[in-house]
Amino acid sequence: MEKITIRGRGVVGGVTEGEALVTKDAISGWGGINCRDGSITEPWHELYGQSFADKILVFPGAKGSSGWSIHFHYCRLLGTAPRAVVYNITTAKMASGAVVMGVPAVTDLERDPIELIRTGDRVKVDGDNGIVEITRK
Amino acid sequence: MKLKKDEIEMLEGKKGLAVQRAMEFMVQYAEVLGAEEFVDVYNVCGTLSNTTPFLDTLMGGFDGIEHLMSELNYNCSDVKEVPRVHTFSCQLEHGLDPDVWQKQYVSPEKYKINKADEDLEIKMNVNLICTCAPYLAGNLPVFGEHCAWMESSAVAYINSAIGARTNCEGRESSNCSMLTGKTPYWGLHLPEKRYGHYYVDVKYPVESVRDWGLLGYYGGLIAGEKIPVFDHVASRPTMESYKHAGAAGASSGGTEMFHVVGLTPEARTLEEAFGPQKPIESLVLDEREMRRCYDLLNTAKGDHVDFVMLGCPHYSLRQIWETALMLEGKKLHDNVEMWIFIPRVLKEAADRNGYTKMIEDSGALLMADTCPALGRMKPPNAKVIATDSAKQTHYMPGIFGAEAFFGSAQECVNAAVTGRWEGEF
Repeated sequence: MEKITIRGRGVVGGVTEGEALVTKDAISGWGGINCRDGSITEPWHELYGQSFADKILVFPGAKGSSGWSIHFHYCRLLGTAPRAVVYNITTAKMASGAVVMGVPAVTDLERDPIELIRTGDRVKVDGDNGIVEITRK
Repeated sequence: MKLKKDEIEMLEGKKGLAVQRAMEFMVQYAEVLGAEEFVDVYNVCGTLSNTTPFLDTLMGGFDGIEHLMSELNYNCSDVKEVPRVHTFSCQLEHGLDPDVWQKQYVSPEKYKINKADEDLEIKMNVNLICTCAPYLAGNLPVFGEHCAWMESSAVAYINSAIGARTNCEGRESSNCSMLTGKTPYWGLHLPEKRYGHYYVDVKYPVESVRDWGLLGYYGGLIAGEKIPVFDHVASRPTMESYKHAGAAGASSGGTEMFHVVGLTPEARTLEEAFGPQKPIESLVLDEREMRRCYDLLNTAKGDHVDFVMLGCPHYSLRQIWETALMLEGKKLHDNVEMWIFIPRVLKEAADRNGYTKMIEDSGALLMADTCPALGRMKPPNAKVIATDSAKQTHYMPGIFGAEAFFGSAQECVNAAVTGRWEGEF
């Protein structure tokens, strides 16, 4: 068991733990996800067909239409939002999306979480203190 | 954050619960961004439309549409009545055209929801211009004006072509700006965040609106949400060139602003475009790269076309006129439907000038207020779409599972008449 802790900026509070889903591709909200099951629908996306519902979503950030936040807002209302989000690039879309998802969110980490975290890792996200803890078997 | 007196009053609830919740959202949003203060905005564009495919499921937990709206618009569940907006506000696209909704294969339920949305928007004084291109429909910002606009193509247009200042807002933030008249003083509101990031030496003769669409698409691919600077563009663009370039870049990457040296207002020179910044990368946009973008967009095989769509972003009066001339005296192929999307205010001009008749005599339809991607509408059997919009082409496979051809408006009109795609790079 290997444990790694990295620090960043907690932007939405709360503490949670779950399984990581990691991608190097930014995610489109409108036209890029299915809110009913939380799956990625862009055929060229690395996570095409996979669902982020209840996962610790580790990704660069938002891209595409300004309908980004409302689609992740629908996900929260439909019960398909991620369990927490860890992202790199702050944009207006990403920031309002993080607020409406209402799950623990951390950004501006001292090491690139996309390189460090692997899909399937156990990850604890502390949005109050900006701490991400990775446990790898 | 540094809060001004009026902002504190809103937070304390002195302007009512809805405004209080809207201001709470704005403060949280600004803190996630890392903004230190707000800037006043007297020009907001957003959406209150509820014609989403999830509405039935969502309505379960709410007491009527106004209650659900407050969740979707202000991210709160305890506001059941909403006041008039505080600042000049416009509604972007709706999910259907209330005049021709039956021809759009829209359900009566969706029509009823749209009517309820319209009633509430009127009550709130959110102006029903119902277009993705407010600058064509009576809301044209000026250089330096602070705005809070949603709709990525319009954001790219007013930042780049006009030099107005807006970030790419979302549904909740634009609605909260409508009630508060505030937006975080962050990102593209700051002069130093408007300088270019990527240098692109344009070695292809970019002339037609189609070429500008490909140029914009390339900018989004290489720069993501950062600002590409296009140098050595030889031809003179029109408003439509920037409209299509911005929409394309916002789809392929997340373009919120681009510069064209010598042409756009904040890039009179290369030095002005980059300011004190050094380009992250210098690239060449030549014929090979233009063709790469063209091939990425053209996903359809064979040459069969059954649906032709123009008007993304909504067509300008000049484009309506050009299309009317192309369609005059022609008849659409039996297997093809052709829909052309425009702002409602230009429908009046199209009717008055005889363009509606020239277009509709061919069998094509002019439609206002919406578009296929946003309204999630198309002729039921349409499997292969032809369009002059890189944005619609980009989203079609994800939304409809349909294949798409991308080309010039003339190539699209030809396909509507013959039922065959003969466009080429």
